[in-house]
Amino acid sequence: MSGIALTLGPVFFHWSPDRLSDFYRRIADEAPIDRVHVGEVVCGKRMPFSDPAWPEIIERLERAGKQVVLSTLAAPATVRERRSVEDLCTDERLVEVNDVTALPSRSGKPFVTGPFLNVYNEASAQYLIELGAQTICPPVELSLAAVGGMAGACPGAEFEVFVFGRLPLALSGRCYHARIHGLHKDSCQFTCEKDPDGLAVETLDDQPFLAVNGVQTLSNQMQAFCPAPTDLTSKGVGRIRLSPHTCDMVEVAKTYKSLLDGIEDPKGARFVLSCLDLPGSLVDGYFHGKPGRRTLTEK
Amino acid sequence: MTSGRMELVCPAGTPATLRAAVQAGADAVYCGFRDETNARNFPGLNFSAAELAEGVRYAHDHGSKVMVAINTFARVNDVDLWKKAADTAAECGANAIIAADIAVLDHVAKNHGPTRLHLSVQAAAATPEAIGFYASRFGVRRVVLPRVLSVQEITALNRLIDVETEAFVFGGLCVMIEGRCYLSSYATGKSPNLNGVCSPPEMVTYDDEANSTVARLSGFTIDRYEPGEPVGYPTLCKGRFTASGKTSYLFEDPVSLNAGGMIAGLKAAGVTALKIEGRQRGRGYVTEVVRAFRKAVDAVEQGGDAIEIDRILAGQSEGARQTAGAYNKKWR
Repeated sequence: MSGIALTLGPVFFHWSPDRLSDFYRRIADEAPIDRVHVGEVVCGKRMPFSDPAWPEIIERLERAGKQVVLSTLAAPATVRERRSVEDLCTDERLVEVNDVTALPSRSGKPFVTGPFLNVYNEASAQYLIELGAQTICPPVELSLAAVGGMAGACPGAEFEVFVFGRLPLALSGRCYHARIHGLHKDSCQFTCEKDPDGLAVETLDDQPFLAVNGVQTLSNQMQAFCPAPTDLTSKGVGRIRLSPHTCDMVEVAKTYKSLLDGIEDPKGARFVLSCLDLPGSLVDGYFHGKPGRRTLTEK
Repeated sequence: MTSGRMELVCPAGTPATLRAAVQAGADAVYCGFRDETNARNFPGLNFSAAELAEGVRYAHDHGSKVMVAINTFARVNDVDLWKKAADTAAECGANAIIAADIAVLDHVAKNHGPTRLHLSVQAAAATPEAIGFYASRFGVRRVVLPRVLSVQEITALNRLIDVETEAFVFGGLCVMIEGRCYLSSYATGKSPNLNGVCSPPEMVTYDDEANSTVARLSGFTIDRYEPGEPVGYPTLCKGRFTASGKTSYLFEDPVSLNAGGMIAGLKAAGVTALKIEGRQRGRGYVTEVVRAFRKAVDAVEQGGDAIEIDRILAGQSEGARQTAGAYNKKWR
């Protein structure tokens, strides 16, 4: 047993309330995950659809013994979006801060910093720890060595790394789903709902490259970092994050649990993941300090 | 928040362009050190400490201010390099330090009280709450606005905050929220936040293939040009890609920002300063653009009409296509 905990990050995509309910019901009943993030983080326009579904989902997860974290918007802009961030910050549950907008109302109470918040060094991390950061999940472009450097200097927080899922690479004021469909963000018709893992973007030479999800751009490839548990503990990483996709996330969670428990070795875990119905090939370059698109573990 | 004269903030990639910008009428110039502490960490660009000190003297002698961008995110275990850059900027007499990283902001706030602190666009602070956080925690006096806000939204924002705002009006245009984009490191390993570079030239190749030129970044095809088509630089977010069976400039056309027509609107929105992008640009370009914008800003200040402003700024396009970006709501 490595002592490393498993987190399920927030769903980045525009899933219907029914899909969300079904998904989290299975997570509650079957996934060996101790912490689950809920809430919309990418686009405030989707919130009227998913908001009614959350109370029941949260109850179900908590009844199953999961710790629920309320994730907040990564780029709030409108009055309604700003108010939603502020409201979530008053909750007694742990809250994930994904934009500085949440800090004034959450300072002094415990929070998680998500990968959208720019925490690049030990001094920034320490500043946020003093404001209440308990868990820090740094931006995905940082290497494991860099995260380890922060963790070593900041014993006051738990450090978490994003090991599975399409990588959240960019946010924009512009909605690409709307643009692709000849629409504007303000009258977008929610075309992002058609792509529950994001819409694949290829180069002119048909190379899979990126994926768009409304105002968000992700990698086309799937982060699938499968380290030996000691590689994480030696860097002070206490928690790993899985990002929800339409593939069998219970199987993904079980695979990582086996990896952390030493039942499955990294190569085996990676093989199991590669057999799932994933939207892209496996990469892990960022953790090695290389371009994120690269795959280094196999070599 | 101010009813005074709008300030024109101009790029200075080298001591020569600093002098050119000052001579052309810049109220302030901004520049960075020759290392990864600033977001234009390009070969042949930027300032040594001695050059900055001399540049500050020159600017001050001519009634201009100097702002120093230390606006990348400090590297783990190397935060001292960023702190030292801030110390040097303050020692050189810079009027303001432009920063994004909490570690850098905290250091300047604690150690260089008299030096104004401006929040870089890289911090992506777009709400009154975020701006309020930086103002109350670090005494930030001005925020460079993320390029996601419409003029109407800037107007509303300025009513809710008590720090100055600075808005980009001309030059390169990031389509992603700056400071929150890792596309470049995904493809190349180098990014604005980590290294102060985007789509770095050493990763660019141009290949002649089957009657076309293919521009690639780190092996990814960013664009393809037919014979006679002007060949552009393969900036990742300005490429042609395919999604849903359609090939297009998916993220943004290869355009640059020109919000010259919005100067009066930005003034009415309460914007304190207008910023021209382009520290990578040469002396001739900077002179011409700054001169034109100087005239345009002065004309707006004197109540000039839109036609006059358009006439002054005509020709500032280098033949390239331009957009007013997010200032116009339909851009989204």
